[in-house]
Amino acid sequence: MWTWLHRLASPPTFYRFSEAAGGVFGWAAAGLALIGLFGGLVLAPADYQQGDAFRIIYVHVPSAWLSLLTYTLMAVAGAIALIWRIKLAECVLVSAAPVGASFTALALATGMLWGKPMWGAFWVWDARLTSELVLLFLYLGVIALSQALEDPRAAARACALLAVVGVINVPIVHYSVEWWNSLHQGSTVSRLGKPAIAGSMLWPLLVMTAAFSCFLGWALCRRAQTELLRRERTSTWVRELGEAVHV
Amino acid sequence: MMGSALAVLRREAQLAFARRGEVIQPLLLYVLIVTLFGLGAEPNSPVVQKAAADIVWIAALLSSLLGLDRLFRDDLEDGTLEQWLIAPAPATEIVALKLFAHWLLTGLPLTLGAPLLAWMLALPTYPASILALTLLLGSVVLVLIGGFAAALTVAMPRAGAILPLLILPLMCPIVIFGTGAVRSAMHGWPVSAPLYFLGAIAVLGITLIPWAVAAALRNALD
Repeated sequence: MWTWLHRLASPPTFYRFSEAAGGVFGWAAAGLALIGLFGGLVLAPADYQQGDAFRIIYVHVPSAWLSLLTYTLMAVAGAIALIWRIKLAECVLVSAAPVGASFTALALATGMLWGKPMWGAFWVWDARLTSELVLLFLYLGVIALSQALEDPRAAARACALLAVVGVINVPIVHYSVEWWNSLHQGSTVSRLGKPAIAGSMLWPLLVMTAAFSCFLGWALCRRAQTELLRRERTSTWVRELGEAVHV
Repeated sequence: MMGSALAVLRREAQLAFARRGEVIQPLLLYVLIVTLFGLGAEPNSPVVQKAAADIVWIAALLSSLLGLDRLFRDDLEDGTLEQWLIAPAPATEIVALKLFAHWLLTGLPLTLGAPLLAWMLALPTYPASILALTLLLGSVVLVLIGGFAAALTVAMPRAGAILPLLILPLMCPIVIFGTGAVRSAMHGWPVSAPLYFLGAIAVLGITLIPWAVAAALRNALD
């Protein structure tokens, strides 16, 4: 196991591994998304209160979950990059930030589309909305930092530090925002609580979450590959790879 | 250890005295932002009093960004930073002292100025004193996070634009607890909970952030 992990950390092995893994993730994401969307948009019954508008959760909830998961993943990659100085972890970290920011933006956008007919406003100062917005800014900070520094290794390690400090901050932000809102307005627009969701509505949600996770895997593999090629463009294995493609 | 600590503090004091103007500029911005808020509202409107804590806190955040990109840049350019990192004294300790000196020059004046600005915004004495207390605790975190962001971007020639994006999202909890304490004080509710939260975050920051700053500086010099 350890030797396998060790070998995986070498760039050419990782490149070949993610070439295969990315393909598997990509097709799995497409297939699961088709099943999940069919289940969510066609098979699942309309909600008795929200009608068909509830169906946006099949995009909204997976992207919100994945936005948090991706930040955690980024911070773990950052910690690995800082402690063991593994180049691959740096690539994964830098690749994860734009994907996570997209999930966050998607969760916010779909939440707003749903909020307008349901709450009567695109934006309310609800605890969850606000902490998601702060998360978006944390992602944008990492992206901006990774682009601003010229040396890719120094940039990646600076991002790693920021991600690790940020991940300590995320729960503090989350609970402070909740505390702020509960102090601020007692009876605000309450979310729907967590009704025991019917099985026919739940399974497409779980399938969609799996599809989003596979999409994350696919996007990470491909982005990390690109990042790796860019960094290692002068090395022998990249040149051999290029020759193999040209012939 | 005491010797190196005193040397760092003395150097910071001399540098600050040599650049008196730059030390005062953030404070002027602090007062200016609050003044413009007052001018932007209806004369003597009660809205200003209600928003006083927010206004003072936003003014403190923005003015602390001024000149922050030079916090470690000058030390990097004249070689001091390199000497600090190879010195026998631990880099974390030197960084902590440097940040403490920076807090004395920015955080403390922001705190001392807060009651004055609060009176300008017609905040009663008790909430105004609570506001100063939240700034005392919050400015510690502000200086620490600001120092962290400055260390991350020390190698960047124009870091001024990126610093707010790095610092302000991390400051959200401080603003929430800082203004929340003042709001509680205005309603006559107990204020200990938000103050304890602020104190806890400040202690967490003092414990952990100097390490992160030292690591960021070492990374930039590699």
